[in-house]
Amino acid sequence: MTEPLPRPKRKNPLSRTTQPLLPPSARSRKAHGFTLAAATGRFMLQCCGECGRYTYPAREACPNCLSSDLTFKDAPTGGALLSETRIEVTSDPYFREHTPWRTGMVQLDCGPVAVVHLHGDCGGPGSRLKLSLQLDRAGQAVFSAKPVSEVPHMEDDPQWREMTADPKHRRILITDGRGPLALPLAQALKKAGAARIFVGVADRWKPFDQQAPLEAIEGVEFVDLDLTSERSVQNLAMDIGAKVEILINTADHVRPAHLFDAGAANSAREAMDHTVMALMRLAQAFGPVMRSRGADGATGAVAWVNVLSVHGLSNAPQFGIHSAAHAACLSLSQWLRTELRPGGIRVINAFAGPLDTEWFQTVPPPKVAPKALADAVLDGLKRGLEDIYVGDVAKDIEARLFDNPKAVEREAGQ
Amino acid sequence: MVFSRARQSYDGVVLAVPVTVPYQRYSIETAHWWMGKALRALADGAGISHRDFDGFSVASFTMGPDVAVALTQHFGLSPRHIDHVPMGGAAGIVSLRRAARAVQAGDADIVACVAADTNRVDSFRSLLAGFSRFSQDAVYPYGAGGANGSFALIARYYMDRYGATREDFGKLCVAQRDNALRNPDALMKKPLTLEQYMSARAIAEPFHLFDCVMPCAGAEAFLVMREETATSLKLPFVRLLSAIERHNAFAEDPVQVRGGWVVDRDELYGMAGSAPGDMDFVQTYDDYAVISMMQFEDLGFCAKGEGPDFVRQHTFTVDGSFPHNTSGGQLSVGQAGAAGGHLGITEAIRQLLGTAEGRQVKDAKLGLVSGFGMINYDRGLASAAAILARAS
Repeated sequence: MTEPLPRPKRKNPLSRTTQPLLPPSARSRKAHGFTLAAATGRFMLQCCGECGRYTYPAREACPNCLSSDLTFKDAPTGGALLSETRIEVTSDPYFREHTPWRTGMVQLDCGPVAVVHLHGDCGGPGSRLKLSLQLDRAGQAVFSAKPVSEVPHMEDDPQWREMTADPKHRRILITDGRGPLALPLAQALKKAGAARIFVGVADRWKPFDQQAPLEAIEGVEFVDLDLTSERSVQNLAMDIGAKVEILINTADHVRPAHLFDAGAANSAREAMDHTVMALMRLAQAFGPVMRSRGADGATGAVAWVNVLSVHGLSNAPQFGIHSAAHAACLSLSQWLRTELRPGGIRVINAFAGPLDTEWFQTVPPPKVAPKALADAVLDGLKRGLEDIYVGDVAKDIEARLFDNPKAVEREAGQ
Repeated sequence: MVFSRARQSYDGVVLAVPVTVPYQRYSIETAHWWMGKALRALADGAGISHRDFDGFSVASFTMGPDVAVALTQHFGLSPRHIDHVPMGGAAGIVSLRRAARAVQAGDADIVACVAADTNRVDSFRSLLAGFSRFSQDAVYPYGAGGANGSFALIARYYMDRYGATREDFGKLCVAQRDNALRNPDALMKKPLTLEQYMSARAIAEPFHLFDCVMPCAGAEAFLVMREETATSLKLPFVRLLSAIERHNAFAEDPVQVRGGWVVDRDELYGMAGSAPGDMDFVQTYDDYAVISMMQFEDLGFCAKGEGPDFVRQHTFTVDGSFPHNTSGGQLSVGQAGAAGGHLGITEAIRQLLGTAEGRQVKDAKLGLVSGFGMINYDRGLASAAAILARAS
């Protein structure tokens, strides 16, 4: 059974911070089919369109019939352990810091044999296992095996924690305390064992709805944060930047405007200032220090979450400016992901459909309850996802974009 | 469609001038430097100029960015048959087989088969990281254990299935060390006891320190020619009686428990007109003792699954009941990259020429050499073997 992760001791300020290292990250282009699956928590392998057999590792032709029609297809997640080892010695600097490292060979139920990372609670050869595709610290997809049934504290397995961004014993910054997400997020994080939850609030003297229930959560601390002010963001980073292990950016600004409205450009500028420029300010202030703390103990910096509108992926005319702003955020998040990768920091984008809040009052259901969005973010952190689609609208758009992005565009606003 | 399955004989093909360029743990030289030394020793041994080698077959992991043809200019060769055999531990036998066919057909008269690799302080790590596409995609990111990690999975499975123990592997390793102490070229100079073997630090369970070869720099080489060429050069020689190779056999086995030898071994012994029991010594490819054990089974010295018992029944030193890896093998001489696949051949030639000095197997007339290599994903893909015989 996994030993529960102890609450980290206070760090000696004189001791050196371990520099982040990454596991080997070279992959063939075909192997990024696994990255696509892992990013959204799916389990897919190449499957031959002609003979129907699954194959692994990633290939260009089916070894059974030589068809090149090999597409990544959802596969059953079961398997049986054939053999295992515990690597004690390696020449790779990343793994050298994480030995002993348990790996195994698994006969997948769908056919092929895979070398996998083996969770500490898995039994020996012959055991049944549940497989998943995870993104490792380098952001690359890897096969991971866990026991079929849950075991207490299994999320604390040191190898598993390298594949996830579990909030347990970590300190989190929620950037917009006035938004509808702050309270459910803080509640969920608290429940997940977060050590401390900083909640950014602009103009602290102005009271807001959820102030009292937020304050009531043990470990929540309000901090001054005006996302439209570079100085405010920088000041906060100087104060708590080195204490933030997960940053959840909830910055948003929803104002309906028609493209041909006289003041639309001003509305757009303001929306951009509150969203994409806010993200940029946060990235500049918090990015470097988070990147440097990616290996700072068992609870070092691990993830950056952006809560985005799914309409950033395809414009919704009713919220055209909002869509455009979030499209810009998405682009910036990809840049940020690249810049944070050397630190092993995962950038997670949670794409949500319209929230069940006042600004989306005119939108018909289904809408996303803020609590559902918060729970999805937590689930994504614990499972180590990269792209999360929250709510029926977002899932619908994800599926349709995958199928035919032009159809989504033509049908928008109808 | 009807295939002719039987290959033609290797009649008249001989091997001569076994060369070992003594290994070093690390080298600041390139693979080319080691090849140059080997070629010089081949020429000196044959009493001719290296320009007289009209065939050149090379194996190396570290000769990049050069390819075989570039090396002809590097060394001033002008061959009419060249070959690059990037097959790791199977490269020796595969080179030999191809060279044999070249000299039989008259495509070449003298083929210099050379394997050389350097070992810089960081070159082993980079070799592991970029070994193959499958390895890069699907093995190396899983703990980066390299060959140790991959073969540990194979060994553990074999142990579970056939009841082999660490003591069995240890017995082979200890015997090889004993052989190596009689070989001045072996890097390992200290005796090894079973107790030391058992208590050594873990590398990748079930492997501990003495289960693993030591990567080093070095070169092995030999000449392949027709008998009349050797006679006219007055070179002592040994005969090639038979040789086989097979790749990616038994792909359906979930974990490797056998190699391609099983497919072709009847032909191996048939062509040589001999049986496993006739061999005076055996040189297996010993990247790990479990693989040697697998070769005992797959080459017909015992049945599948009887490897552990076979090891318990025999002694494996030069003077033992089953002389095995008489040079000390890679486990005790060192693994000089691709040269590891040639080590067994040069040693077999010496044994059959009667020039193995302190480690000479008494009255050795017939010997088997086996090669194995290229763990591309989860298993070694290439397997090969040859039977060599004393000239008369």
